[in-house]
Amino acid sequence: MASRLVIDPITRIEGHLRIEAELDANNVVSNAYSSGTMVRGIEIILNGRDPREAWAFAQRVCGVCTTVHAFASIRAVEDALGITIPKAANLIRNLMIAQQYVHDHVMHFYHLHALDWVDVVNALKADPAATSALQQKISPWPNSSPGYFAEVQAKVQAIVDSGQLSIFANAYWGHPAYKLPPEVNLLAVAHYLEALDWQARATKIHTIFGGKNPHPNFVVGGVPMPIDLNSDTALNAERLAVINDSIAFITRFVDEVYLPDVLAIAPFYKEYAAIGGGLGNFLSWGEFPSGDIADTSSYLVPRAAILNRDLNNLVVPDPRDAAKMQEFISHSWYRYSGGDNLGLHPWQGETALNFTGPKPPYEQLEVEQKYSWLKAPRWNETPMEVGPLARVLIMYAAGHPQTKELVDLTLKTLDAPVEALFSTLGRTAARAIETKVFADAMRGYYDDLVATIRAGDTRTFNRDRWEPLSWPARAQGFGFMEAPRGALGHWVVIENGKIANYQMVVPTTWNASPRDHKGQMGAYEASLVGTPLAKPEWPLEILRTVHSFDPCMACAIHMVDATGRDVGELAIGLNVCVR
Amino acid sequence: MQRSVILGLGNILNTDEGVGVHALKALEMRCGSQMRAELIDGGTMGLSLLPLVEECDDLLVLDAVDAGRAPGTLVELARDQIPLFAGVRVSQHQVTFQEVLGLAMVRGKLPRRLHLLGIQPADTSLGIGLSAVAEATMPRLIARAREILQDWDALDAV
Repeated sequence: MASRLVIDPITRIEGHLRIEAELDANNVVSNAYSSGTMVRGIEIILNGRDPREAWAFAQRVCGVCTTVHAFASIRAVEDALGITIPKAANLIRNLMIAQQYVHDHVMHFYHLHALDWVDVVNALKADPAATSALQQKISPWPNSSPGYFAEVQAKVQAIVDSGQLSIFANAYWGHPAYKLPPEVNLLAVAHYLEALDWQARATKIHTIFGGKNPHPNFVVGGVPMPIDLNSDTALNAERLAVINDSIAFITRFVDEVYLPDVLAIAPFYKEYAAIGGGLGNFLSWGEFPSGDIADTSSYLVPRAAILNRDLNNLVVPDPRDAAKMQEFISHSWYRYSGGDNLGLHPWQGETALNFTGPKPPYEQLEVEQKYSWLKAPRWNETPMEVGPLARVLIMYAAGHPQTKELVDLTLKTLDAPVEALFSTLGRTAARAIETKVFADAMRGYYDDLVATIRAGDTRTFNRDRWEPLSWPARAQGFGFMEAPRGALGHWVVIENGKIANYQMVVPTTWNASPRDHKGQMGAYEASLVGTPLAKPEWPLEILRTVHSFDPCMACAIHMVDATGRDVGELAIGLNVCVR
Repeated sequence: MQRSVILGLGNILNTDEGVGVHALKALEMRCGSQMRAELIDGGTMGLSLLPLVEECDDLLVLDAVDAGRAPGTLVELARDQIPLFAGVRVSQHQVTFQEVLGLAMVRGKLPRRLHLLGIQPADTSLGIGLSAVAEATMPRLIARAREILQDWDALDAV
């Protein structure tokens, strides 16, 4: 693909992920290695800066994850300096975070992951009348007439006929692993196109609370938008009404399109309920505090871990525990001053780059040595999976009623036992399930916000510790956000008013982690083992599982069979990137 | 009234990668108040930029451009020279701005006028601020951006 482009002027890639998979004689993945091939380095840039400004740099780490890094950063600084935020500010943050989930998950599904299951070209064979009947059976969504689906089909036909294919170019259309009937394909393609119109309106909440999109404003101590029902420039009655409408608009798409589509598609891919399970260990830092963030029992998503698929025993992880929350670099291109086989807690974390790999372009990673720019984060020296599946399993295990109801509905649709959740399909279903839970939670946060304002509590910013003179000489803090793709943590050390150390452990570092000091695989690596490939030169099955994690990176899938022979490479044309 | 947008793209954490965003700020400082066009910092956002692209009539994109030229070269691409492209993606975060343009085209909502102005980067390693080589080209980029906008204004006035 790269070679097709003479000029690649505006490639935007947040770093590369490279997967090397070994195949056995039956084309089943027998071993896998996951490597981040670009260094992030934000930690180095932040040292010595004003901690109140860290979020503005942190949010540039990734164009899609701006909000999550900004929130983790301001929460880390607030934690370090002992700043509590007003009630209205917390509710506004919860609304922004919930909106981010819904927006991100819907777009991830339709614009990345759905195309792993939906054959766009095959949708041309669908009968529009039968598609209409199917749509009306699964949901009350109004765009359901035979005429509507015929129009969508004509659009797809025009794209295919144009030759250049544009948005649908270079995929694996016709791959034998695509199994949906043409009508389901057409339905999903229609919603692929509709999701683009939906997202334009779905970002409204961020525009109102954060100011100018695409880069909203954040502030340590609260939210930057004041509340004054009689002011044109503050959060007023008119803006609250827009938010109210926006919540209804966002939620409807989840209820009537996203969730029904996932439940309609999943039964055709039941084999993926037994593929891609991976580690069986799950971690969440928790999210949606209803009051003081220090009180983790107030969170909608609990701060918890699951070990060895044991849903009966939730473990409570402490991100401040230096003996348990550690990053290892035995197989990562870094150097620790105390030796490379140590684990370091992020507050003591070091970011000394030490590239020892082959000079690119190379055929194969030196997997016995260091082979990734990602460190290997571990909880109690155990590799963990983070993300929607972790959160849904934790909410399920904690007995959250709506989660339980939605999980049970999904399992019934699939006619599968609870073990089926530990899979690629489980991960994809969990994403849709939590989208519904968080979309519905927005209604509660909104009502609570309105009630808080009515009660006269309109404070959105706590300025008590804004001035560095009010800070201790040394402080350290932990900030988190359960980002759409998983547990995100920022650890900050502040000395004499400046950042003395800053470490991020991002979701994709947990999931795409290389092996550690004990040789234990990371989540992607473990989940790929055992995956059968129908056409190794078109490794669609590997993409399905990697996509099910929603990686925050771009990548080249590099296939190597057991003899070390190259069987295909999908290099993406690119020039400039950061992870 | 036609809506004109100048969109600065790039990552300011990677030296010249952020040239589009730096150029946008320079334009804003020098002539922000006199300009009819809206100045928008698009950073490295992918698909979220689609509504923005589709809602403008005239779009001038500022960005780092790898055109295989000498570092610091001013690069200019007219509407038809910008490849609209998408392909197999491994991450949702891999949506290129070209793909955003490709989607807008498929949806029949590509801006009436579209132009790309950029600089061939000298250094895209980790770091804040531009390389001296890119910095030296910046005045020419700013001047050219103003010319393009004036040309568009003149065309609209006819």
